[in-house]
Amino acid sequence: MIVYLLRRSAFLLVSFLIAMVAIFVLLRLLPGDPSNALLSVTATPEQIAAAQAQVGADRPVLEQFLTWFGQLAQFDLGESFISSLPVGPEIAARLSVTIPLTLISFAVALVVSLVAGVVAATRSDRWYGILISGFSQLGVAVPVFWVGILLVSVFAVGLRWLPSSGFPRDDWADPADALRSLTLPIVTVALVMSASLTRYIRSATLDVMGSDYLRSARAQGSGYSEALWRHGVRNGAVPVISILGIELATTFLGAVVVESVFGLPGLGSMLLRAIEQHDYPNIQGVLFVSTLVVLIIGFVADIAQRLVDPRLRLSISGNR
Amino acid sequence: MKKHTAFVALGLATTLLLAGCASGADSSSSEGASAIEIGSLYEPQNLSNFGGGGQGVTEAFNGNVYEGLYKLTDDGSVEPLLAESETVSEDGLTYTFTLHDGVSFHSGKALTSADVKASIEAVLSEDSQSARKSSFSAISTIETPDDATVVVTLAERSISFIYNLSYIWIINADATDLETTEDGTGPYTLGEWTRGSSLSLERFDDYWGEAASTDEVVFNYFTDATALSNALLTDEIDIVTSVQSPDALTQFTDNADYVVSDGESTTKEILVFNDRVAPFDNVDVRKAIYSAIDTEKLLNSIWGDYGTLIGSMVPPTDPWYEDLTQENPYDVELAKQLLASGGQPDGFEFTLDTPSYDPHPVVAEFVKSELAKIGVTVNINTISSDEWYTKVYKAQDFTATLQEHVNDRDVVWYGNPDFYWGYNNPQVATWVDEAEASATTDEQTEKLKLVNQQIAADAASVWLYLYPQIVVASSDVSGYPVNGLNSQFFVYDIVTE
Repeated sequence: MIVYLLRRSAFLLVSFLIAMVAIFVLLRLLPGDPSNALLSVTATPEQIAAAQAQVGADRPVLEQFLTWFGQLAQFDLGESFISSLPVGPEIAARLSVTIPLTLISFAVALVVSLVAGVVAATRSDRWYGILISGFSQLGVAVPVFWVGILLVSVFAVGLRWLPSSGFPRDDWADPADALRSLTLPIVTVALVMSASLTRYIRSATLDVMGSDYLRSARAQGSGYSEALWRHGVRNGAVPVISILGIELATTFLGAVVVESVFGLPGLGSMLLRAIEQHDYPNIQGVLFVSTLVVLIIGFVADIAQRLVDPRLRLSISGNR
Repeated sequence: MKKHTAFVALGLATTLLLAGCASGADSSSSEGASAIEIGSLYEPQNLSNFGGGGQGVTEAFNGNVYEGLYKLTDDGSVEPLLAESETVSEDGLTYTFTLHDGVSFHSGKALTSADVKASIEAVLSEDSQSARKSSFSAISTIETPDDATVVVTLAERSISFIYNLSYIWIINADATDLETTEDGTGPYTLGEWTRGSSLSLERFDDYWGEAASTDEVVFNYFTDATALSNALLTDEIDIVTSVQSPDALTQFTDNADYVVSDGESTTKEILVFNDRVAPFDNVDVRKAIYSAIDTEKLLNSIWGDYGTLIGSMVPPTDPWYEDLTQENPYDVELAKQLLASGGQPDGFEFTLDTPSYDPHPVVAEFVKSELAKIGVTVNINTISSDEWYTKVYKAQDFTATLQEHVNDRDVVWYGNPDFYWGYNNPQVATWVDEAEASATTDEQTEKLKLVNQQIAADAASVWLYLYPQIVVASSDVSGYPVNGLNSQFFVYDIVTE
């Protein structure tokens, strides 16, 4: 296990370094001049020069990369080209929206899909079992922002139950107020995420139900529910845990997308604006943090899988 | 079956919990109902107006948090603000300003002439990004003989000097960190700025003039126009500063709960020719294009009953406006004749560099279909705003393009032959210079009217239409500005019934 942990950590570090270089290089390959975002249609030649100097776009690419990397090593994400404000604190502030949104949505999606997935598998002959399967098929095909727009027009504009957009100015000072603003976004993300999760859990449950070990347990006299609970859950959990990591990462990306629909001051709206303005330090900062989050989720999911499944734990070479 | 009942119960419990949160929040949010909530699409980048703060910081801060020696009122006239009076020397080169008494900054420091000097110098500094920098090139020295007096000497006459001063914020010379904080003299101080979300202003109790009407004003920022309209529909905001999408208006125009104000803007939609290159170096060809486009139909198809037709670069709020819409009338037969006399009887083909954001793509399609009627083929080349600056503005590598020009009093750019559109008429350049060197505003107005007439006669560009400036507000709110010249939005008189 320790050998595996070390290997898996090395893998994490290497993929992280590769991702950093890729982010930097791909951004520089994009056509466009970041200093243009600072100009107006009456800019004079001196102002154009001043703008170029401010963004440092006139410096060699290698020098820019080394500066950025050097700062990163000191946990400094640099300063925005456009606003000249430090990137790190802004990301931290915006994570206070994106992280709760991601985690709560994921938890809700997980609870909903566990229930729905098991019901859809065990009651696949009933109308509600078929209905759940149908809805989960549909849910996978629907884009998350569209669900957001739909929910806003029904629950905010139509029924006036919840705010259509925005987040309290005092952040989480009043948690009830903050949660109220997050309710529709959470429902949106959770709804879409639970669709694909339900499908996984349904098929994992079906696999377990058709398995030989379950039949043997039944033959030895245990009841159906008892057999499913004692033997089925642990076996069925292995494939589900392995996709939970990916699903959590997808939830994070879904949260980033719905932020602009709901006008939430999260990471997603920050990224969209930064891309529009070619604000490289902001783009790099957001991508850096999101890559880190996704890689760490994958890392934790792999470890968790080994803890649950003794077969993987015992084989040293058992990583992919 | 028992299990299912448990699931249903769990679901119900969750719903009730959420509903409980929701109703709890309802009561708490009504406490803060005294604040005026404003919705806008223009969030400041930072809080400095010469370090790339952009349109958003002007909207939120100009006249509200920061004040100038003069102010540009909502109807376009210039009035003294922090300057109590001024005297101008006989030769028009020396301006002596006396500052208002008893003005203090939000930090408590009293305003002195040193602050005024430092504020002007900051705009002129080498790394200044201020869009107004070039209008102060005539300044030669700034002196401060005493705390209440500022003497500015100009190298040459500049009749717009006082007007230009209305753009310079007077900032405490000792203030630091102006990108995230402020120290101005206005009726409001900065409350809290949550980036990506909102910026609040709080009444400054020691304000030297008439106190602001409302304790707190909040600018809420949106990136999506639909989300902005939804917020107004659901009463989360009271006012939208500038509606940019005509489609959104229908939900408010026939609704007694809202007031739609049709104000004056200074934003012109322009079909810009590169006047240096063939075939647009020929006046008749340019006039042919102008006469071939039904601008009235274009404006109507985009904005319905809103917006104004213009025949030159000058909007009605500029002092030198005159109606020149008949200088290049819509007349397809005339257009064909002009095309022939311009040496292009069989028409020609050109590329129209079109910025990818609204309304330019729609305008480009319209222009293309209109010009097809006189045998001119338009190839639409869609480019990003970033490419526009690189290709069209800096490299001047284009035949024709579309662009909106937002500022007032900007007809003077036709006097600069190096400007991107390359209009080069020495007579016009002379008039522009003479206008700036005028001794009186009447003389300035007279010269600039000549400029208008000449550029219209030359069809230097096609001025398609003037954007409307539409403010939508709840009907129980009043006292807001309707014209929003240069993105200003004075909030100190806004009240709720």
